[in-house]
Amino acid sequence: MGTDFLQYVISGITIGAIYAMVAIGYNIIYSVTEIINFAQGEFVMLGGLFAVFFAGTLHLPLYLAFICAVAVAGCIGLAMDRFIIGRARESSVLSLIIITIAVSILLKGSAMLGWGKDPYSLPAFSSGGPIMVAGAAIQPQALWIIGICALVVISLTLFFRKSVYGQAMLACANNPQAARLVGIPVRYMVFLSFILSAAIGAAAGVIITPVSMMEYERGALLGLKGFGAAALGGLGQFFGALVAGLILGLAESFCAGYLSSGYKDAVALVLLLMVLFLKPEGLFGNREAARLKKF
Amino acid sequence: MKSAKNLIGLTVLGLLITAAVLFWSKGEGIAAEKEPYKIGAVFSITGGASLLGEPEKKTAEMIRDEINKQGGIDGHPLELIIYDDETDPTKCNLAVKKLIKKDEVPVIIGPSTSGTSLAVVGVAEEAQVPLVSCAASYKIVTPVETHKWIFKVAGSDSHVVGKMFDYMKSKKVSKIGIMTVSDGFGASGREELVRLAPEYGITIVADERYGPQDTDLSAQLTKIRSAQPDAVVNWSTGPTQVLAVKNWRDLGMDKIPLYQSHGFGNLKNLELAGKAAEGVILPLARVNVGNLLPDDQPQKKVIMEYTKSYDERYKEPVSSFGGHAWDSMHIAIAALKAVGPDPAKIRDHIENTKDFVGQHGIFKMSPQDHNGLSKDDLEMVVVKDGKWALAK
Repeated sequence: MGTDFLQYVISGITIGAIYAMVAIGYNIIYSVTEIINFAQGEFVMLGGLFAVFFAGTLHLPLYLAFICAVAVAGCIGLAMDRFIIGRARESSVLSLIIITIAVSILLKGSAMLGWGKDPYSLPAFSSGGPIMVAGAAIQPQALWIIGICALVVISLTLFFRKSVYGQAMLACANNPQAARLVGIPVRYMVFLSFILSAAIGAAAGVIITPVSMMEYERGALLGLKGFGAAALGGLGQFFGALVAGLILGLAESFCAGYLSSGYKDAVALVLLLMVLFLKPEGLFGNREAARLKKF
Repeated sequence: MKSAKNLIGLTVLGLLITAAVLFWSKGEGIAAEKEPYKIGAVFSITGGASLLGEPEKKTAEMIRDEINKQGGIDGHPLELIIYDDETDPTKCNLAVKKLIKKDEVPVIIGPSTSGTSLAVVGVAEEAQVPLVSCAASYKIVTPVETHKWIFKVAGSDSHVVGKMFDYMKSKKVSKIGIMTVSDGFGASGREELVRLAPEYGITIVADERYGPQDTDLSAQLTKIRSAQPDAVVNWSTGPTQVLAVKNWRDLGMDKIPLYQSHGFGNLKNLELAGKAAEGVILPLARVNVGNLLPDDQPQKKVIMEYTKSYDERYKEPVSSFGGHAWDSMHIAIAALKAVGPDPAKIRDHIENTKDFVGQHGIFKMSPQDHNGLSKDDLEMVVVKDGKWALAK
């Protein structure tokens, strides 16, 4: 009994950390532009597949493949803003969100043409079998996932709270006109937000590929769960995204373990609906601030 | 000057066209001594089931070329009309109607999936054109009274489950935990597992499900482990079946053997699962393990021939799905050879197909059984050193 419980907690936290990283990607773009970028899940997929390309086809060492995959995804994020979102800048936020859905379909289709429909895998970051703790198995890769996720949350929080660039990015979101008046290059900040969120999504994709493999259509569901975590934690809240991601992961894992595995996906969505009904600004969102936002 | 140049150019062009037309008609003249026999085909060449339709199309085209190279069917060249249904039941329905009304084919092979097949059963039945589906669901051909014109060459899930349970009984397995994916493939497998278990004296002590895009199955496996079964059965296709193998290994469940469905029968899966897959057991059609069969096995010859020519032509290994196309194509050709292009006669001939040695087994069709395969047409296979080996 105790062993099983521990196992559910471990798998819940691992998958929750991934949801959290996807949620953070949503949050960055949302913080700066108020756009919800529904192509976020596709960056996760692209990160994983590019890492497979760099490590498997070009035989780069794993850490280089990781960096290259994240860099390529960052460039795709930049291109997405520069050539697609940027051109429709005058449209309403809702139109822009719909454009991101189109981009996600485009990315998914291109990935299908490029990599085919087969799933791909990567070697684990550190070799060795699972670590046994009181009968429960922890894969070393799970520790990597949790560690990298924690690192991303901490550094982003510091970036947005302490650094000039982070402050400037937040200012763009609060009031682009005023930000421009005080000399913040708003366009540049928007670029930066797209690069950052694509890169973080891709990093999430690379670190889960050794555990769960990656294929062209994986992005959509991860994107949806990640969006759930972002809304649950309060859009724009990095710490909220982390906690909400973990709650979602644990809820799914416990549901699969103690109730029925058939309802697993429903749990996440029911949880999300409940929060949206009862506390629409999210668990950690600010009600006052939420009222000022368009979404 | 300029117009003269143009004139010369035009004359040369005209001569070329005339020559081409002459050549063409001459070429046709040789082949068209007898009117061609048509076979219609619908496969899911693109879309969700392209993994199935692609090798099916390639196999059918390869057989057409082989037959025509040998001089056709009794001198009649074989004409193969293939449509892609894009894994869409509606488009599949239209394609079958087109084959019947416009192309007027006397026999149809395909579609690739159970979903698309069920969508066209009524069409073929009403038009009274025999259709040989490449999909697995037993619903495609039952009840036979209302499915007079429909046949299928893929074995049913009940055969796979029956074979698996037979093997389990010989290994003294009495309690099993099952985990199935929540799509059509998994649901159908689960239904058969649950239905047939009591017949074989097997108890299902855990019954878990998961989504086709899940990234972690350790919660399900942990729950199964706590129910202490003698074996685990996983029933899925795509990445989740590799995930099941990895998670099973990581959780240290080596003492509880893992059985997979026939869906695991793709070398790509062994590559992805790597060392973790050692010892995984599954029932497979013989087409996948041709080189492991003893030489006196009656299917060995056709399987090895197909494997060789497919590999030579397309530089890729054969799959179960291509095997279905081989079986349906050759059953249709045998009927055309025997009775000519008459739909009703072809139907009767296919229904009386006996001891047809194909890729997926030795077909014994009858008015009661429009599939003709049984669980004995499968082999139990175990993963050994990253390859298939016959399980003892």
